[in-house]
Amino acid sequence: MTAAIEVRDVHKRFGGLQALSGIDLEIPQGEFFGLLGPNGAGKTTLISVLAGLAHADRGSARVMGHDVRADYRAARRSLGVVPQELVFDPFFTVRETLRIQSGYFGVRHNGAWIEEVMQHLDLASKAEVNMRALSGGMKRRVLVAQALVHKPPVIVLDEPTAGVDVELRQALWQFIRRLNRDGHTIVLTTHYLEEAEALCERIAMLKEGRVVALDSTSNLLKRVHHLFLRLRLAGELPAELRPLEHGSTAEAHMLRLKSYDDVEQTLACIRRAGCRIEEMELAQPDLEDAFVEVMQRS
Amino acid sequence: MSGFPTLLYKEVLRFWKVSTQTVGAPVLTAVLFLFIFSHVMEDRTRMYDAVPYAAFLVPGLVMMSVLQNAFANSSSSLVQSKMTGNIIFVLLPPLAYWEFFAAYVLAAVVRGLAVGAAVLLVTLPFVEIQFRHPLWIVAFAFSGSAVLGSLGVVAGIWAEKIDQVAAFQNFFVMPLTFLSGVFYSIHSLPAFWQGFSHFNPFFYMIDGFRYGFFGVSDVHPFRSLAVVAVFLGVISGGALAMLKSGYKLRQ
Repeated sequence: MTAAIEVRDVHKRFGGLQALSGIDLEIPQGEFFGLLGPNGAGKTTLISVLAGLAHADRGSARVMGHDVRADYRAARRSLGVVPQELVFDPFFTVRETLRIQSGYFGVRHNGAWIEEVMQHLDLASKAEVNMRALSGGMKRRVLVAQALVHKPPVIVLDEPTAGVDVELRQALWQFIRRLNRDGHTIVLTTHYLEEAEALCERIAMLKEGRVVALDSTSNLLKRVHHLFLRLRLAGELPAELRPLEHGSTAEAHMLRLKSYDDVEQTLACIRRAGCRIEEMELAQPDLEDAFVEVMQRS
Repeated sequence: MSGFPTLLYKEVLRFWKVSTQTVGAPVLTAVLFLFIFSHVMEDRTRMYDAVPYAAFLVPGLVMMSVLQNAFANSSSSLVQSKMTGNIIFVLLPPLAYWEFFAAYVLAAVVRGLAVGAAVLLVTLPFVEIQFRHPLWIVAFAFSGSAVLGSLGVVAGIWAEKIDQVAAFQNFFVMPLTFLSGVFYSIHSLPAFWQGFSHFNPFFYMIDGFRYGFFGVSDVHPFRSLAVVAVFLGVISGGALAMLKSGYKLRQ
């Protein structure tokens, strides 16, 4: 089956900055894929290359088998992009904005789908409101609706939940999950790693324009071998445990342990010091730990 | 289906939603020009030997409004979209560069013609005017607004700030229209300035347009139309080349 997204050896330079340095990526149809990386890693540049907003200096990019340069019409029809910046056209209402966006893609008489998208994103009550009068969260919803208005098989969301309230975040993910179940391929970039961990089947981590990790989310989590012990003690933490501290707060000590065997030794050490444990919690590593580890190693 | 009709519709709707500013204001300006200049000049001058000055002035003011508003439409729309970032909405869809160009230029033509028609309608009760060759009127109104619409596309793509478009308008478009014979026949100028006027492409637009009303002009209308067509070809070619390469729009 044709890959939803296929990127081969893509390079892109902006003046003195090498934004992408030989990206290779293949995302099968129907996958929920995460693109993670620190600021300036090249995530948005890669999305721009896929969307035709930037031209790669070298290499090729395809969306649903269509080259983004040679066959740009078919490639762009196959792609819906939610941009990172909160942009809007102040001349139009929500409904006009969506009708116009649909028309740009050559999709006419699209009223039923536009209504459905507005319903799912809780925009129906704002349909006749001018874009200028909407709150930031509502404008973000319209951006998502604009990306979906031509029912693209591949949907790219570039940090769609940045600065968005919990209610919208949940409604948005519910809707995006449904689209994914219906067969749409989803590519997500986000700084909320718990979102990526919960949603994405596979993740690529980018650093300085290169893919430094590409694996299933579960495999990436397995790469992190340590675990965390959160303790609240009645007394001082024994001096020999202090080197294990990792992100402790005023309320609790957080100790980074190499394996479960270390838990027993740690507890024994606390007992020997005559300390009483008031609260204890064992935490598995999450995607943030995997992310930090990958970024430090690469 | 192509997205071109929607982009054209959106560009027309955009200026129509603020028609007080985009149509009403230029009509008021043109009417003020007419009242002031015709009042001052009426008893002193007859143009082409027989035409009263106010009647001579009206086609010039109409064409000046057509040209300036065609330029303002495409240039301001593009630069505003670039500055606010909503240009992305027209860069993501599968629009060809020439569809993009045609939509912006045609919308500029629609605005130019709408303002021109409004100026003509408002001034008609005050002056007696002839329509000797209506096809020439349409030909020059359409080609002239297309030239300025294309020039607006070039300026809108090139400019990164509103000030730069304003500078283009104030230091290039405005002087060339004012010095093109809107308010006078170039035959009333000294020989040097008559010759100099022939290097101003806007002169041919206004002279040819005026021929449609009075059947008299400084230059033969076919020659004027040929000059306008060449100018349209050059400016359109430049705009299309900019759009094809993605200059200042796609990185």
